[in-house]
Amino acid sequence: MGKRTPLFECHAGSGARMVDFGGWDMPLHYGSQLEEHHAVRQHAGAFDVSHMTVVDVTGADARRFLQKLLANDVAKLAAPGKALYSCMLTPAGGVIDDLIVYFRGADKYRVVVNAATRDKDLAWMEQQAAPLSVALAERRELAMIAVQGPRARELAAALIDRKSREPALALAPFSATEDGQLFVARTGYTGEDGFEIILPGADAADFWRRCVDAGIRPCGLGARDTLRLEAGMNLYGNDMDETTSPLVSGLGWTVAWEPPGRDFIGREALERERREAPRQRFVGLILKGKGVLRNHQRVVVAGKADGEITSGGFSPTLQRSIALARVPSGKYETAQVDVRGRLLDVRVVKPPFVRHGKPCIDL
Amino acid sequence: MSELPGELLYTEEHEWLRQEEDGTVTIGITDHAQSALGDLVYVELPEVGAELDAGDEMAVVESVKAASDVYAPVGGTVLEVNADLADDPEKINSDPYGDGWIVRMRPDDMANSNTMDHNAYQELLDSLEG
Repeated sequence: MGKRTPLFECHAGSGARMVDFGGWDMPLHYGSQLEEHHAVRQHAGAFDVSHMTVVDVTGADARRFLQKLLANDVAKLAAPGKALYSCMLTPAGGVIDDLIVYFRGADKYRVVVNAATRDKDLAWMEQQAAPLSVALAERRELAMIAVQGPRARELAAALIDRKSREPALALAPFSATEDGQLFVARTGYTGEDGFEIILPGADAADFWRRCVDAGIRPCGLGARDTLRLEAGMNLYGNDMDETTSPLVSGLGWTVAWEPPGRDFIGREALERERREAPRQRFVGLILKGKGVLRNHQRVVVAGKADGEITSGGFSPTLQRSIALARVPSGKYETAQVDVRGRLLDVRVVKPPFVRHGKPCIDL
Repeated sequence: MSELPGELLYTEEHEWLRQEEDGTVTIGITDHAQSALGDLVYVELPEVGAELDAGDEMAVVESVKAASDVYAPVGGTVLEVNADLADDPEKINSDPYGDGWIVRMRPDDMANSNTMDHNAYQELLDSLEG
């Protein structure tokens, strides 16, 4: 039996098909992954993401610690509540994990890392924190619910504590507000507007039921994956890991090169890689005909080395198969993918595929 | 959970087979199989006229989650494929034993089929549940 979130009973009661995800018993879907996907694009859906790891970082050296630990620069977070997406790198420039860091005020940050990487992330963070005046506190007692979709903010705001409603609705994208244990961020992993709400585990089941009663559809990890794929968002372990750098994973934009004096872990390796011009690039693929692209399928580019699909699947919004892939550098707009022995034609495009309910790419 | 039609034969790979009065057989995947796969989004069908041995890969059903091979439960010749599945693969989810049929074949020899009756298949499903 895996670890359970405070919402386990809610999922079981809603007929969820449960799967193991990084040691957690999580809902894959509640009947139809496709309907859940469309609910988020057209209305609102709720995801239990309580398996994710919330770590509070406090102390006089908190900022210094994060400026060393992260490839993006927390100095960009000028006002409390602002959030930043970043990779945490090995000295060789490989990605240990991707995460969101929230600035909560002087010497106070909150970091949310992936569930499957929890143990190695915490060990690495503790190791880097040891010589500094900084404390790391994992907040296992908190639950996290993502409410996503065009109606999500309005519907969810009506369900949170009265005092937090107005500040929550006033949030700019990629920022958060908190009151006591309730933490509301205008962030997500779907390409739609919405909130990620962190709250005490003891309150989570009640909040979840009220979301469902308000017409917010429970959504599982299956829809979460097709939504993030359409949104062109990376999944750790698929699209990047410790053997790949952010520069060949479509995450170069998250590396803060300025100021040059900020010596973050992995900087030297990334600078070398940048000077030598990466041999690969990270792209989106759209299958021209019928079929489904899958992870690890071979991408064949005329006259070049092979590439590989890192995340492939079916786009319910485009009704086509799409993928993220690491392919050889160079300019070309078409390629082929080896789908179980047959070479199928694909277009090479720049993700995202879908944002805010609308296709970003002409089919 | 899954209701098992008693008139069908079943395979270990979760295909079903119905013997028609004209001697042909209709083949699909079971309710258990469609439920495990999740929403289907694509079905790759064989050519009409294809000659298959029992156990040959006959079709591929792809869901949002994964691709899964469908094997011929019996050797024979493909007479007809369910062309509706090209546009509506979800028919396999909504009606696996009816509109979601996949292939109609003329079997070489039903005595050589890899099938079991519904009681044996139910036992197989029960053992998977446990």
